[in-house]
Amino acid sequence: MRYAETGYNLEIDLTLGNIERVETDPRDTELYLGGLGTNAKIMWERVPPETEPFSPDNLLIVSAGLLCGTPATGCNRTIVTTISPQTRLLAFSMMGGFFAPELKYAGYDKVILRGKSSSLVYIYIHNDQVEIRDAAHLKGKGAVETAGLIKKELKEPNAQVAAIGLAGENRVFFASIEQGRSSASRGGIGAVMGDKGVKAIVVRGTKDINVARPAEFMELCNEVMKYIQFRNENPIPNVMPILAGLGSPQEMMVHDEKWHTENFMWGNSRVRRKDFWNDEIAANWMKTLESARTRLISCYNCPMKCGATISLPGLPAYMMKCFSKLTYTMGAFSDLEFGLRIAQRATEYGVDGFSTPQVMAFALELYQEGILTDQDMPGLPEGNEERFYWLLDKIVRREGIGNILANGTYWAAQEIGKGADKFAHNNIKKHEQLPLKLSMLNPIYFLMYCTGEKINITQIEGQFPQAPFLTREEREEFVKDWFQVPDDHFKQIFLDWEPRGEKSMPFYPTVQMCCDIVDWQERMHYIDDALGMCAGLSSFPLKPPYHIHNYPKFISAGAGIDMDEEKLAQAARRYRTLVRAINIGRGMRRKDDRPPENHWKKRFPELEKELLDTYYKFKGWNADGIPTLVSLHELGLDYVGEEFLKRGIYSDSPDEASADAMANKVQKSMKGDVS
Amino acid sequence: MTGERKTKKVKTIKINVDKCNGCRACEVICSAFHAAPKYSSNNPARSRIRVIRDPLADIYVPIYAGDHAVAECAGRDKYTIDGKEYDECSFCRASCPSRSEFKEPDSGLPLKCDMCEGEEEPLCVKWCMVDALTYEEREEEVEEGADREELEIGLEALAAKYGVKTLQNTLARLSKKA
Repeated sequence: MRYAETGYNLEIDLTLGNIERVETDPRDTELYLGGLGTNAKIMWERVPPETEPFSPDNLLIVSAGLLCGTPATGCNRTIVTTISPQTRLLAFSMMGGFFAPELKYAGYDKVILRGKSSSLVYIYIHNDQVEIRDAAHLKGKGAVETAGLIKKELKEPNAQVAAIGLAGENRVFFASIEQGRSSASRGGIGAVMGDKGVKAIVVRGTKDINVARPAEFMELCNEVMKYIQFRNENPIPNVMPILAGLGSPQEMMVHDEKWHTENFMWGNSRVRRKDFWNDEIAANWMKTLESARTRLISCYNCPMKCGATISLPGLPAYMMKCFSKLTYTMGAFSDLEFGLRIAQRATEYGVDGFSTPQVMAFALELYQEGILTDQDMPGLPEGNEERFYWLLDKIVRREGIGNILANGTYWAAQEIGKGADKFAHNNIKKHEQLPLKLSMLNPIYFLMYCTGEKINITQIEGQFPQAPFLTREEREEFVKDWFQVPDDHFKQIFLDWEPRGEKSMPFYPTVQMCCDIVDWQERMHYIDDALGMCAGLSSFPLKPPYHIHNYPKFISAGAGIDMDEEKLAQAARRYRTLVRAINIGRGMRRKDDRPPENHWKKRFPELEKELLDTYYKFKGWNADGIPTLVSLHELGLDYVGEEFLKRGIYSDSPDEASADAMANKVQKSMKGDVS
Repeated sequence: MTGERKTKKVKTIKINVDKCNGCRACEVICSAFHAAPKYSSNNPARSRIRVIRDPLADIYVPIYAGDHAVAECAGRDKYTIDGKEYDECSFCRASCPSRSEFKEPDSGLPLKCDMCEGEEEPLCVKWCMVDALTYEEREEEVEEGADREELEIGLEALAAKYGVKTLQNTLARLSKKA
């Protein structure tokens, strides 16, 4: 019997209309866990670097995490993996909500879509019964609206629906997949779904998910619940309120937005409004949120209330979470009422709440600068808010200038020319980033921005405080019950970390310490993405209920895989490296590992070089950021090394001497002469 | 005839729909607890509590499985409360032919809440960290006699219809079966 996982994937060829239920190899689960881990393995094997994002050969993998469907609190994430049309690299956006457990109960770990349907369809999965159904009547419908219509026509109110809106249908490079209160937004995966002609994936499941050692597993669950309760009652002092508790930043709950509105950038991530927040705005915004917010809501099996139902007069209700509360508001220099209103339309269209407002603000900046003119934007209304609606409508329909903007700021700037690239200033690897511009380089964040292959800072940061605490006493208090650290040397680093003086940024934490911190933080995110755990209860907040010490026990008792901390760390390293390998195959190199030029005002080129050099070595990558043959071998990824050699990946970048020996060995083994 | 006064324990789960966050943790733990062996599997479709949800309409009603009804009701009720229209059967606890709730997904056999017999409190309450579900036990005085009186009236009616002899035989057969 398979535990925690179902042991089956659903393979759907949309070109042929073929549906297969395929048993998976349990050894892959041991090596790559599940979710992102096994997704990466499939992508490596089946989507070679030549594959275009909009090729029928690109896969769209919608996967539940390994522990989704078990009673582990907050384990509900769906990991969607494909090649992004925007970055042209691996995209692995995730969504919470209710989809992943339902998929497990239907009897599948993943839905793997390949090919392209000639007409718009939706996929209906009801346990063993799987159908590709006509979706002509849903063309152009909103993502939320679509979910409602499908549930009604199937008479299945308990089905979970992941759908795209107009943006996905029209292959907008930042189109999302919307699912109830959640969405998989980053990287334009909704565009790939639209390219495949799939309007929605609908799932209803009524089968069992088994756990290997029930009593042990339940005890672990109960401990986690107790700790969540403790953390809810004991927020962390000395950090800003949104970092004090568990869950995603509690944007739907909080009213005080002084910190975001005064520290994050407005418009196209340009303008800081240092004295923006005042009593009048506070009162207005509070009134707006109080009247629009019907209820704080949760994902499957989680007590944190990170989302909300938003219902504004004259508009259909929708569900919102996290920072999309402010992105439109700040992009358009408007107020919260506007932000919540346009987000309703954006949610129906199915677009990413981070990229979209920046793309629109970018267009308006270009217009102000005369790079885009009235000829490019005929009919552009007066007023920022009206312009935002106008641009949104153009983008999701790919009409006129919208057709260019729909590719995101990087590609749009290339196409527009005339110096527009200077305005696409907030990207990493062609992907729009949080609107944040800071003063002094933070060496930990430098490494995370450079090498985080989810290309989103919130998807790599979390376990280590963002800034030093002011006094030694505060630090001592903090480390007292900080048992989540992999080992005690992290406590010492934090204890010695001063706001100024010798042991302050950018030269403290030291380069080596930064490597350790970044590696730990990243590892926790990667483990979450394989298990399907919400980052809000694990890798994102300080002192979370899930950590490197209890995760091996959850996997052992849940999935019946003999697991310990070292083995888990090694597995995470394995598929993390595989993600890198896929991107390396697609041309990503050291030159791409850098933050937006203007992210920090005070930069330290020598230190930055040393940071990257040291971190690459630490990760087992060569000076160009390519995993070495030695490190690939250690991770059991010789098949990657073989492919790299075959493709001459190393030939452009001088590899260290030790790799030559490995190369010989690998080449021998390729000839069947295994030593 | 006056009945004997006795106390009985009444177990109540108080449901505050205003506090429900719709997470369905109650369904998760219910199905796990009632799995055999205990906690060995999980499947909300087997749960004896269901959250009737319609998030966009802001409807969240946790409902416990009550008795099985062999036949559907003759009519259905639709409630509107605070402007929210609840689907028919939203508040009904019965497993019955008209709905899929509260039936084993494989066999179709009816499910019924047993208040997690043997546990300190029903586990759905324990797992409801937002306090939409709370547990209360209270003692209630009941007149045992009143029940006997009702029974006697019923038996009298049956005796009149079938004859005392048939009734006696049937009772004897039933008690053997039990």
